[in-house]
Amino acid sequence: MEMQNDDKQQPSVLRSLDWWTIGIYLALLAFGWISVCGASYTYGETDIFSFATRSGMQIIWIGTSLVLGFVLLMLDDRFYDTFAYVIYALLLLLLFVTIFNPHEIKGSRSWLVLGPLRLQPAEFAKFATALAVAKLMSTYGFDIHKPKHLATAMALILLPMLFIVGQRETGSALVYLSFFLMLYREGMPGGILFTGVAMVVYFVVGIKYEQVWLLNTPTSLGKFVVLLLVQMFTSAMVFVYCKEKERAIRVGLISLSITVVALLFSLYVIPFDVVWVQLIVCACLVGYLVYEGLSTQIVHYLLIALFSVGSIAFFYSADYLLNNVMEPHQRVRVNVLLGLDEDLAGAGYNVHQSEIAIGSGGLRGKGFLNGTQTKLRFVPEQDTDFIFCTVGEEEGFLGSAGVLLLFLALILRLIHLAERQPFKFGRVYGYCVLSVFLFHLFINVGMVLGLTPVIGIPLPFFSYGGSSLWGFTILLFIFLRIDAARNLVRS
Amino acid sequence: MKDFNLDNRRYVIGGVAVIIVTIYIIRLFTFQLLSDDYRKSADSNAFLKRIEFPSRGVIRDRNGKLLVFNQPAYDIMVVMNEAKGRLDTLDLCQTLGITKEYFIKRMDEIKDRNKNPGYSRFTQQLFMSQINDKDYSVFYEKMFRFPGFYVQKRTVRQYEYPYAAHILGDVGEVSPSDIEDDEYYQAGDYIGKLGVERSYEKQLRGEKGVQILLRDAHGRIQGKYQKGRFDRRPQAGHDLTLGIDINLQATAERMLEGKIGAIVAIDPQTGQVLCMASSPSYDPRLLEGHNRSKYHSYLSRNTWKPLLNRAIMGQYPPGSTFKTTQGLTFLSEGIINSHTVFPCHRGFSYKGLHVGCHSHAAPLAIVPAISTSCNAFFCWGLYYMMSNRRKYGTVQNAMNTWRDYMVSMGFGYRLGIDLPGEKRGLIPNAGFYDKAYKGSWNGLTIISISIGQGEVNLTPLQIANLGATIANRGYYYVPHVVKSIAGMPLDTLYTNRHYTRATRRSYDIIAAGMRSSALGGTCRMLASLPFAACGKTGTAQNRGHDHSVFMGFAPMDNPKIAVSVYVENGGWGADYGVPMGKVIMEQYIMGKLSEAGERLATEMQKRRIGYGNAER
Repeated sequence: MEMQNDDKQQPSVLRSLDWWTIGIYLALLAFGWISVCGASYTYGETDIFSFATRSGMQIIWIGTSLVLGFVLLMLDDRFYDTFAYVIYALLLLLLFVTIFNPHEIKGSRSWLVLGPLRLQPAEFAKFATALAVAKLMSTYGFDIHKPKHLATAMALILLPMLFIVGQRETGSALVYLSFFLMLYREGMPGGILFTGVAMVVYFVVGIKYEQVWLLNTPTSLGKFVVLLLVQMFTSAMVFVYCKEKERAIRVGLISLSITVVALLFSLYVIPFDVVWVQLIVCACLVGYLVYEGLSTQIVHYLLIALFSVGSIAFFYSADYLLNNVMEPHQRVRVNVLLGLDEDLAGAGYNVHQSEIAIGSGGLRGKGFLNGTQTKLRFVPEQDTDFIFCTVGEEEGFLGSAGVLLLFLALILRLIHLAERQPFKFGRVYGYCVLSVFLFHLFINVGMVLGLTPVIGIPLPFFSYGGSSLWGFTILLFIFLRIDAARNLVRS
Repeated sequence: MKDFNLDNRRYVIGGVAVIIVTIYIIRLFTFQLLSDDYRKSADSNAFLKRIEFPSRGVIRDRNGKLLVFNQPAYDIMVVMNEAKGRLDTLDLCQTLGITKEYFIKRMDEIKDRNKNPGYSRFTQQLFMSQINDKDYSVFYEKMFRFPGFYVQKRTVRQYEYPYAAHILGDVGEVSPSDIEDDEYYQAGDYIGKLGVERSYEKQLRGEKGVQILLRDAHGRIQGKYQKGRFDRRPQAGHDLTLGIDINLQATAERMLEGKIGAIVAIDPQTGQVLCMASSPSYDPRLLEGHNRSKYHSYLSRNTWKPLLNRAIMGQYPPGSTFKTTQGLTFLSEGIINSHTVFPCHRGFSYKGLHVGCHSHAAPLAIVPAISTSCNAFFCWGLYYMMSNRRKYGTVQNAMNTWRDYMVSMGFGYRLGIDLPGEKRGLIPNAGFYDKAYKGSWNGLTIISISIGQGEVNLTPLQIANLGATIANRGYYYVPHVVKSIAGMPLDTLYTNRHYTRATRRSYDIIAAGMRSSALGGTCRMLASLPFAACGKTGTAQNRGHDHSVFMGFAPMDNPKIAVSVYVENGGWGADYGVPMGKVIMEQYIMGKLSEAGERLATEMQKRRIGYGNAER
């Protein structure tokens, strides 16, 4: 009976495999290879299939990825479930060892050199972490609303991050933050995600407009806006969480009108720093919330008060960190990102050149291998982190928008697949996969377009390199294998 | 089991993905379809603009002697893509006289994007800068053996004489702020940094030429764009002729050796600066070519500040030379006339205030007062002017009238010389004293300005210009070091007369006083000159030993030269000021120094002043 079952299972994998995803995957691989050709093509090396060129090497990586994908599909779907922790532990060990490896490439110790092969364990730790988190969260009795359980899940995510930061590969480490999107889907309070996003907004707005004066008052626009946001977020949270709609609206309006009056006073009567008034307003808000919390015994009030205090504390410490703790080159990177520093010959150079390359593509692009910007090496890292430039220049608006839509289709398809999983293990893993893809897409294309920080992470299936291609293939195909077994009835 | 609320979160996540992709597509749309800027920038990269550098104008002295000229120098450029793998490194290193380690280090530096952000392995990168003629010819013969290596011709400035560093200035690589201010410049260009090299940068530099070449996606040159229709030939810069007489300049610098101070001489009839020496100075040849960065920082750190041009940047109390301006003012305002006499009992004593003076016949009139440099006379003059309520109403009005006279003589503001960094000196006005003394002051409070002490500060250039104004009996031309620009007129600022408020009659009287001083007063050393020299000494009190000052002109009628000498801590005006002024006048007017003059110059050169090692 069992033998028979196994025999049936083999063909059913291919039949119940999600061919839509496979199709998108293959299309992305093909586009990716064309882009690597364009980006690494050099005059005098006409043979794009030669293994001496990067385009030739990329064929090897693509071929091996396909084999790898096939092998993963042939494995039993329960294998991943069963060995999730073992795989996680092995890769953690590898990550840890890599910290102490002697080979330093471009200031990072993330590469393991084995003869001619150079591997980046960080790329493989993603699927291992996803498996381990999925395994943990699918165990019986796991409840994300219990702080202890949530903390365990977060620890599983933060541990590899820590090791990768130790390898001085901060960009790859940040990718693990994308798992919080999955936690959100699995029931983590939206407030936590919201707080995280709010912090990023405070940081970006506050630092970018810190030196700009608000109208004609001696008030820093950045600080003013951030504190205004804190006031508004706080009242909005009271509105959403505390079921005291009228009171929330009243509190919001009072704090807003005090601020406006202070601003008008500063503008027309005596100029002074409105931020002080805002700080006092915030302090009153917090005091009021704490009082309400203590008198009504509703813990939400206290949490919101904590949010307000935390917001302000975060903002001022980030400000301090940037101005007094960060190394100059780190500050330059932050400044370039925020558009404060238009040093086109220095750190802004990459972004500026990539914008020129993309902009010169026009509607249809310059055609395969005809891009001048990327050919003449005006764009650095053009076949790895900045590969999207080549797409923009050679394939134009149609090609690059097409690539973005393909990625969107992949992500939406993966959401669909994840939601149809009969077991939590598959769903959690699926969300991990799509969150990672979404994060890479967001950061990588965003930095090429000058919208997000220049964090060196690859564009999945496009950027040249074996480690990242293998890593993404493994990540995706394990999920496809789990998905293919969704209809299996298990005893 | 299933939480409906949580199920809905899939739409939030899907929505986030859709929003991100939508924003990115909008961004792509604006980049690629709405904006032309990026296409233009891409064009500028795909076209190769080959810059042709013009030769910089040369600089001559008033007698046509070449002071600054250009010498070809050569930059070695490398195109990495062509150089790799096919290069006999050893041969190259031997030819260029560098070590293999240096070669490897240089190549790594070029490829390092942190140090060389514009790096592309398809374009020429600077490998070595400013190699000289000899190395170039050796390299050029063998260049065909070094694929990927090219030579770009540049020029470096060369100086014929070790003098006039402050006037000539120097050139150096443009700074990022220069590039920002003027889009003419690109990184690696040269720009005037100091002196006339800076103030006449636009005239000297010429116009860069450009060849627009087409390049395909492989970096190969495909020929000229539209057969060179848009190419521009470089235009050479304009040559400058200075008013400086290099021999006079050499004498002035020689005499100032080992002293701190300045000598300025002006041709009163044109305003041309004949010499302008500031000490300590430096040999301009130190800053030639690639030595500049090394020596410039050395000079700028030196405690004696050799880079400071004291002739226009030093602000000093003018001492007794300033008495001439007081005489002019009092005479023109009718406070005194040529016969008015004031007492001097070893100085000015009034209401408990005493300003000392040396012994001479008293009471005395204006001409002998200038001649003997009597302090009391000018103190009385200022006192009567400041307390003349009938004429001015208030002391403030009197003070501001006085200030107007001083400003009309070129004090208190920059004269406008064609050198960077000129200082304006200080002429106080009524508001200044109202603030300093909270409104309670009178002529006695400020009495020391009448003898060139107190708040009054002038630059040596302003003192020399005072001499020129008296020589002209009432007007001056703004002093300028450039006499003419080849193919261009001089700025009209330097060709218009500026009349002062003092009367012609008052100038005649003061000139007579200065002549009297040269014949038998404090400047009697000038009497032996074979022409009628006029002069006024100054002994400026300060925190240390007195400064030695001289201001004069010659000949008395139809004057050819006005001179100021300022020697810090030199003591009496007659100690350093008068002899140095005498030498300068003699050499310029007679064409060369007499034997006695040569001896005097050498004596001046050898004398030293002990300045101590105090931090300056």
